[in-house]
Amino acid sequence: MTIGLIDTGCANIASVRFALERAGLEHVVVRDPSETGDCDRLILPGVGAAGAAMARLQDRGWPDAFRQDDRPLLGICLGMQLLFDHSAEGEVDTLGLIPGRVEKLPLSESLVWPHMGWNALQAFGQDEPLLRAVSLGEYAYFVHGFYAPVGAHTVAQADYGAEVSAIVRAGHIAGCQFHPERSGRVGARILSNFASQ
Amino acid sequence: MLARRIIPCLDVRDGRVVKGVKFRDHEDVGDIVDLARRYAREGADELVFYDIAASARGATVEPEWVSRVAREIDIPFCVAGGIRSVDDARARLFAGADKISVNTPALAHPALIDTLAREFGSQCIVLGVDSRVIDGAWRVHQFTGDPDKTLTDHRKTLDWVREAIDRGVGEVVLNCMDMDGVRDGYDIEQLAAVRAVCSTPLIASGGAGRKEHFKSVFELANVDGALAASVFHKGVIEIGDLKAYLGDEGIRVRP
Repeated sequence: MTIGLIDTGCANIASVRFALERAGLEHVVVRDPSETGDCDRLILPGVGAAGAAMARLQDRGWPDAFRQDDRPLLGICLGMQLLFDHSAEGEVDTLGLIPGRVEKLPLSESLVWPHMGWNALQAFGQDEPLLRAVSLGEYAYFVHGFYAPVGAHTVAQADYGAEVSAIVRAGHIAGCQFHPERSGRVGARILSNFASQ
Repeated sequence: MLARRIIPCLDVRDGRVVKGVKFRDHEDVGDIVDLARRYAREGADELVFYDIAASARGATVEPEWVSRVAREIDIPFCVAGGIRSVDDARARLFAGADKISVNTPALAHPALIDTLAREFGSQCIVLGVDSRVIDGAWRVHQFTGDPDKTLTDHRKTLDWVREAIDRGVGEVVLNCMDMDGVRDGYDIEQLAAVRAVCSTPLIASGGAGRKEHFKSVFELANVDGALAASVFHKGVIEIGDLKAYLGDEGIRVRP
């Protein structure tokens, strides 16, 4: 089992790489779809803004590669948001692998923006492989200002003024809005689940 | 719903963790990675590392220990001290820091905030503010890592927090200097005043001495997180006990 960790060049991938090391999960850093031959699953980590990240992915031919791929793919944070059709962050079209749009978290008097901190994972089914041995109400670390509203592909959610998709899945493609690499034991469990699903 | 965060702060000088009283008289309290690992295990929600002398001596924090911490711990952490440029910030973020915090260099060049937020996103840019009352108003201070170089800035604290948020910071850590290290409780009045103008997460710093102080600052100043150093370093408060107490008092914390 080898995980290909996609380096778009504008992302901090050190945290994810270290988390995979701590969990003892074999991985290689890949910059281009042609480098993924030895990988049996892929992680698209998240950083920066949607527009810049999409431009980098397009430069390397990732959007077409993802459409033709059937290996498990896990998007993290911005990487999850890019899986959808469109992002309101810069109004950019994204990868279109999961139907739906990413919106700005609503501003309110009682909640600060962005959504930053540990929030409880809610409302999920027991059949989601990423959530094996994770309990309802356990906390994960979120940092984001845009979000995927809860929809048909949501398999776990968090409450922050809006109902935020915490984990989404469409077949072999999944994403976490939170950072499993910074979510303590819960996050390490989710990464291990991804590696063994 | 979101949990309130408990954040041990590790002041770093020459690669070791130190702690002073009112920013003076620093004593060695241990190895960076040993302490980071211990706090993560005890239930800390996040860690902040301040290279307290970096701004004053003109040096920047060393990415080498940032990477060592990132490798070892599985909770988020922020690095502060002497970050003056996009390159300084990038080195720390790419070494595995989740956030970087700016203080003195942002006061000298406020446009640094705009540049950093545009380059890396507001979510990883934190504003550190050292503040105390001077002539009847809360005012910002610079170079607080070295008492001989500390300066009172012309800006009022509330104005500076507003400006920095407009420029793109995604979180504010307010260190109330008169309370620092004396364990008499957080400066509720000042924190509540800053809360009223702060639309990003706000972290309280300076004054924690007892578990009740944490309860008060969450209930009365409505901060998102509470930072403390000496009570954790010296074992006066154990993080697991603190979180159990806060949970019993009806404050939402991550168990």
